[in-house]
Amino acid sequence: MWLNSATVITLDRVTKTYPKSRRPALDDVNVNVEKGEFVFFIGPSGSGKSTFIRLLLKEDTATSGQVLVAGKDVATIRPWKVPQLRRSVGCVFQDFRLLPNKTAAENVAFALEVIGKTRSVIRRVVPEVLSLVGLEGKENRYPHELSGGEQQRVAVARAFVNRPLVLLADEPTGNLDPDTSIEIMRLLDRINRTGTTVVMATHDSNIVNQMRRRVVELDRGRIIRDQARGVYG
Amino acid sequence: MRAKFVLTEAATGLWRNVTMTVALILTTAISLALLGAGGLLYTQVNKTKDLLYAQVEITIFLETAVTAEQKDALQQKLESDSEIKSVTYESKQEAYERFKELFADSPDLVENTKPESLPESFRVKLKDPSEANAIDAKYKTEAGVDQVSTQQELVGRLFDAIDAVKNLALVVSLVSGAAAILLIGNTIQVAAYSRRREVSIMKLVGASNWYVRLPFILEAAVAGLIGAILASVGLAIAKVIVIDDALEALGQNSVVPSIGWSEIAVTAPILALVAVVTAGITGWTTLRFYVKV
Repeated sequence: MWLNSATVITLDRVTKTYPKSRRPALDDVNVNVEKGEFVFFIGPSGSGKSTFIRLLLKEDTATSGQVLVAGKDVATIRPWKVPQLRRSVGCVFQDFRLLPNKTAAENVAFALEVIGKTRSVIRRVVPEVLSLVGLEGKENRYPHELSGGEQQRVAVARAFVNRPLVLLADEPTGNLDPDTSIEIMRLLDRINRTGTTVVMATHDSNIVNQMRRRVVELDRGRIIRDQARGVYG
Repeated sequence: MRAKFVLTEAATGLWRNVTMTVALILTTAISLALLGAGGLLYTQVNKTKDLLYAQVEITIFLETAVTAEQKDALQQKLESDSEIKSVTYESKQEAYERFKELFADSPDLVENTKPESLPESFRVKLKDPSEANAIDAKYKTEAGVDQVSTQQELVGRLFDAIDAVKNLALVVSLVSGAAAILLIGNTIQVAAYSRRREVSIMKLVGASNWYVRLPFILEAAVAGLIGAILASVGLAIAKVIVIDDALEALGQNSVVPSIGWSEIAVTAPILALVAVVTAGITGWTTLRFYVKV
C-alpha cells in the first residue's frame, strides 16, 4: 500500500482478538493518521478505542494486520527497542497516573530521569513545560493539593516534555467537569498547533462537537465513520 | 544512567520491606557462613593431609627372636628400596626412651615396663606416603618381621570425621541457600508489587529495561552483600572462639594446622561474589516474570 512519509500512524487490516473472547476487539480496521492531525476516536465502551491505544504502545500485538508508528512496523520492533517507541508516543489517561508522593515538578522530572536525561536538562526543561501547561507557581504542589484539571495538566506536561511524535489521550476529560474539560482541550489544541499529532479517545460529545476535528467512530471493533471536521453524531 | 536515582530507589525498596529484608539478609548470611565453613574445612583437610603425610612413618616391628643377619638383610633391602626416603633403626633401649616420654603421665606403667619387653623396629619414611599399604604388603612377610604399622587407619578415621563435618556444612548451606533464593524472589515480587505505579509509568514514558529493573536487582544484590559481610564476620568470630580454642587445647605440636586469617580473608570476597551474583541472577529471572515490557 502507498505510504506517505508524513503518515504517523497506520493501521492496515488490523484485527485483534483477545483470548477467551468470541468477538474481536478490533475487526479489520484500516486507518491513517497524518503528521500534525488532531483525531478523535469515538464510540461506546468496548468499541475498541483502548485496544487501539494498546496496540500503538506495543502493550499488545495485533492478531493479524500491520500497525505502523512513524513508518515502523510495531510487530517487528525488538523488545529492547520498545522503550524507544514509547518515547516517541506521549500518553495521557483518564486517571492522570501521577505518583502521589512526588510534586508536580518531580512527576515531570521522573519521566526524564528514567530515560536517563541529565540533571541540567531536567532543571531547564521541567519549568518550561510546566509553564506551557499553565502550572506556573504550582510546581511544588503534590497531586492531592491540585485540582483534577491541574493534575491532568501535570500529566499532559509529562507526556509532552519529550516532544513526542504523537500524543495519545485516552479519555483525558473523563474525570473532569465540563469547564475544566474545555481547558484541557485548549491545552491539547495548543500542543497540536506546535506540530504534535494528537490522537484522543473519548465519548464526550460536547467536546467533539465544539472542536470540529477529524472524527473516527468505532462500533464493536469496526470503523463505521471517518469524517474530517466531524461531530459526535 | 543516573546512578543516584537507581541507588535511591534500591535503598527505598530495602527499607520499605524491612522485615523481609532482615529475613533475607539473615538467611543469606547463614547459608554463606556454612558455605564458607565447608570451604575452609575442605582446605583444612588438604593441609592436614599434607602435614600428616610428611610426618607419617611406617614402623616395621621385629620379632623378639630376630637374628642379627635378618636385621642386616632387612636394613639393606629397605635402604635399597626406591620407594623409601629414609630408614632409622630403633633399638629396645631407644624404644624404651620413647615409651617413657610418651607415657610420662603414667609413671606406674613406665615402672612396670622393662626395655626388654619392647620390640626393636625400623622406622621408615616414604617418598610417597600414599604407598604405605604397598610397603606393608611387601615387608610383613620378610623373615624376622613381626608386624608393620602404617598409621593409615588412624589418619583415615580423622579425615573421615573432618569430611563428614564438611559435607554436613555444605548440605545445610545448600538447603538454606535455596531458602535464601526463594526469599530473594519473594522480596523482589513484593517490591515490584509495591512499586507497580512507578514501574507502569516508567514503562509508559519509555524507560529502558535496565532502568526499570536495576533498582530491584541492586536491592537483592545489596541484601546479599550485607549477608556475605555478616557471614564473614561470623566465620572470623568462629575462628577466634571455637577453632583457635579447640586447637590450643590439642597443643602446640598438633597435627591439625590452625585456620589462618589469610584463609578467612580469601573466603570473604568469594562469599560476597557468590552472594551478589546469585542475588542478581535470581532478581533478573524473577523480574522477567513479574515486570514485563
